[in-house]
Amino acid sequence: MVDRTGERLLDTQGASNAGLEGVETQRQLVLRAFRRHKLAVFSLWVLGFLYLVALFAEFLAPHNPHEVNARFTYAPPQVIRFIDTNEDGGWAFRPHVLGYKVEVDPVALRRTFLEDPEAKYYIHFLPEMQRGDERALWGLFQLEHHFVGVDGRREVMFLLGTDRLGRDLFSRLIYGTRVTLSIGLVGIAISLVLGVLIGGSSGYYGGRIDNLIQRIIEFIRSIPPIPLWMGFAAALPRDWSPLQIYFAITIILSLIGWTELARVVRSRFLALKTEDYVSAAWLDGVSDLRTIWRHMLPAFTSHIIATATLAIPGMILAETALSFLGLGLQAPVISWGVLLQEAQNLRALADAPWLLSPGVAIVVTILAMNFLGDGLRDAADPYGENH
Amino acid sequence: MTRPVLQVRGLTVRFDKNEVVRGVSFDLNRGETLCIVGESGSGKSVTSKAIMRIAKPGRIVAGSVLLRPDDIEPVDITAHDDDSAAMREVRGGRIGMVFQEPMSSLSPVHTIGQQIIETILLHRDVTPADARAEAIESLRRVQIPNPERAIDQYAFEFSGGMRQRAMIAMALSCSPDVLIADEPTTALDVTTQAEILRLIKRLQAESGMSVIFITHDMGVVAEIADRVAVMYQGEVVETGSVDDIFHNPQDAYTRKLIEASSKFTIIGDHDRGGALPSANPRTLLDVRDIDLTFRKTEGFLIRKVRENRALSKVSITLREGENLGIVGESGSGKTTLVRAIVGLLQADSGAAFYHRGAGEPVDLLKRGALRSLGLNREIRMIFQDPFSSLNPRMTVEQVIAEPLLMEKKLSKPQIRERVAELLDKVGLSAEMMSRYPHAFSGGQRQRISIARALAVNPRIVIADEATSALDGSIRSQILDLMFDLQAELGLSYIFVGHDLGVVRYFCDRIAVMRQGELVELGTAADICQRPQADYTRALIAAVPATRPADRHLIPKEGLA
Repeated sequence: MVDRTGERLLDTQGASNAGLEGVETQRQLVLRAFRRHKLAVFSLWVLGFLYLVALFAEFLAPHNPHEVNARFTYAPPQVIRFIDTNEDGGWAFRPHVLGYKVEVDPVALRRTFLEDPEAKYYIHFLPEMQRGDERALWGLFQLEHHFVGVDGRREVMFLLGTDRLGRDLFSRLIYGTRVTLSIGLVGIAISLVLGVLIGGSSGYYGGRIDNLIQRIIEFIRSIPPIPLWMGFAAALPRDWSPLQIYFAITIILSLIGWTELARVVRSRFLALKTEDYVSAAWLDGVSDLRTIWRHMLPAFTSHIIATATLAIPGMILAETALSFLGLGLQAPVISWGVLLQEAQNLRALADAPWLLSPGVAIVVTILAMNFLGDGLRDAADPYGENH
Repeated sequence: MTRPVLQVRGLTVRFDKNEVVRGVSFDLNRGETLCIVGESGSGKSVTSKAIMRIAKPGRIVAGSVLLRPDDIEPVDITAHDDDSAAMREVRGGRIGMVFQEPMSSLSPVHTIGQQIIETILLHRDVTPADARAEAIESLRRVQIPNPERAIDQYAFEFSGGMRQRAMIAMALSCSPDVLIADEPTTALDVTTQAEILRLIKRLQAESGMSVIFITHDMGVVAEIADRVAVMYQGEVVETGSVDDIFHNPQDAYTRKLIEASSKFTIIGDHDRGGALPSANPRTLLDVRDIDLTFRKTEGFLIRKVRENRALSKVSITLREGENLGIVGESGSGKTTLVRAIVGLLQADSGAAFYHRGAGEPVDLLKRGALRSLGLNREIRMIFQDPFSSLNPRMTVEQVIAEPLLMEKKLSKPQIRERVAELLDKVGLSAEMMSRYPHAFSGGQRQRISIARALAVNPRIVIADEATSALDGSIRSQILDLMFDLQAELGLSYIFVGHDLGVVRYFCDRIAVMRQGELVELGTAADICQRPQADYTRALIAAVPATRPADRHLIPKEGLA
């Protein structure tokens, strides 16, 4: 540091800060703060993986999620075996699953699935699609192969077991990822637009407008959400296509979701309005719009991102809750909430506990989102107190 | 008779990899006041916290701290754990501590009394009723009026000075051997500071305790210290009696501190620093009868408007090339006044005529006048807080270029050139323009603020407590820079401050404000040497001396 008047000699603060840090941009600082949050970084990877799964669901699912197998209703999960042994004691690395043997209890007439060591179904990469299994990636490109699976008409691979109609739960879970994870994103996008616009005007203009908007927000938040959603969902026309229902549901979810964001945005605006550097900008002759855009918004875009990330789990849970209650998305649309409907029946649950696996997926996703949001929030302001 | 009550030897405190305090040694004798001085970051606070063992996350890695070293069993503070019973006994029982921010050191949800009583009950074997009686007594000792009532009040019901008194009462409730006061008066007005200093001295005379007083203000040191330890970058560079330190400083850094503070003496008829204005300057700004009232609507059903008269009929003038100082305690309306002049606040009535070259004067208070006529480029402002006045998300270049961009006169490369030129002018290098403000120290940031103010060739610069947040030597550098720029660019300054010494050094004339009113306006020498108003006199009497020989805050004999 060059200093004409020798300030450095006395200025210990300057000396300690004068390292490389000075040339780092805000982005670098945020990234560094974020990387320090190990759990958040891990969560980011988990979520990245989940969204990739959602993106390529058609390609990744081993079975067609709608394919009904009357022979395999409530079949338990199969275990992948990696080592293949043959009679003369030799072995080879060939991943496979064992087929099912069905035994019927003569008294209760209950069917039990047992492993059939004779039926080995070998697992391949990029097997050809089976006949009748027509899948198009994003509804556009007809697929001839999928990622991994077993060959032949009679071979099956149910890694998470099957449901009441013998459909492969694993494939359904993969398909459900798409709807469940995207509903959170779409919902939050709508909330974000509403929240920033309404909250921003509330904070910037203040006074009567602020008062009115805040009372409306309080009113909306005072309504119990589940009955409200139920009311809306019940009012959806029965003849709407699944896609229309999907969008209607996201809008219903956003109607409450924006209030939280609006409050965050408003409080940031209120806090920033009195900052000296905003006053200084005004004295520099900066217009209102530029003040907001250049001087105020950058101060909390990262906060908004963090808040939004923390709000996505709420959206996902709400969708799940609605679908679970049968008021949200309906079959044939597959979402994690729809899948969980299957687990409502206690008897089915006792016989087929694997039906709860969508619940595990939900918990993992929600936790990852929360950890990521926490990490983002901590990293959002690299000029915070602990730096 | 010098018997040390606290003996610190080679104390070294480490935070992560940084040794913030290195090999600090000093003795504290019975009944004496040791001032530890140094600038922010010098390790003076960490030293005191290490003695109390509350320096977390810092660790004491070397050295010893002995309490009552000539006792048969002295307590070695460094030998115990932070949370050991022995340390809890020392904290509050043997050593009391007072912090800078009384509001954040007092619990907001407990009454003052509950907090003092808790301290007494923790350290002494008395009944709650006795403890309460003692707490009332301790409040009386620190001269809190009506202690029977005050004991059941909360910290937020007290003023800053009262809170600090309550903190002192709490620290002293168990008659400790040592009181550590960490910048206890820095957040207070000068008159309140004088009262607190007087109080500490009086209590010390009564009880014979020793005081470690941590401060960055050489004036306070001159007033109260018996001995002084000067700290710089984690080390004690010099220890000595207060007279030796002031009149025969050995270390270059100590000399620099003394020199910087002696500039700010208010005694004498000397001129201000810098180049003086011409003999008959013409009026540049004529502020007449500004009124401003803050209104706050309260209540939901029954609306009540609470009025707070921030300015009433304030008139000041600023002449060309002149520096006008505005002094007053917090709440006096000095900042409100300058904010109203530049239009950050809307005045209720009054006028501020700005004489712009030859034509008719313009009234700045007319709504929007400042910005629509581009006067915001002729009258610029420097803010108090060097941290909040620069947008942390913009580079130095962007910050300084903002007014130039708005002016729309220069092209992008020209603006860049101008920013480089300005940085050079304020003593920073042009390479720094791509950095963000957080990479700069307080003094450097204030230089950036000055560069931003000067970017558009202003005539008037309003400095709102522009040097209050800075350490002593940095402060005088900034003031000298402002003088240089004045000579170079023909500026006039309005300088708002609470430190009369600084204002006296910087300004030709001084306006004294109190509770929104102008008390007195006159030449700097007149105000300081021949004050007319009682309030000004009280203000001046409360300013600490710059040399121990001029001590006047604490009566020498017979402390009442």
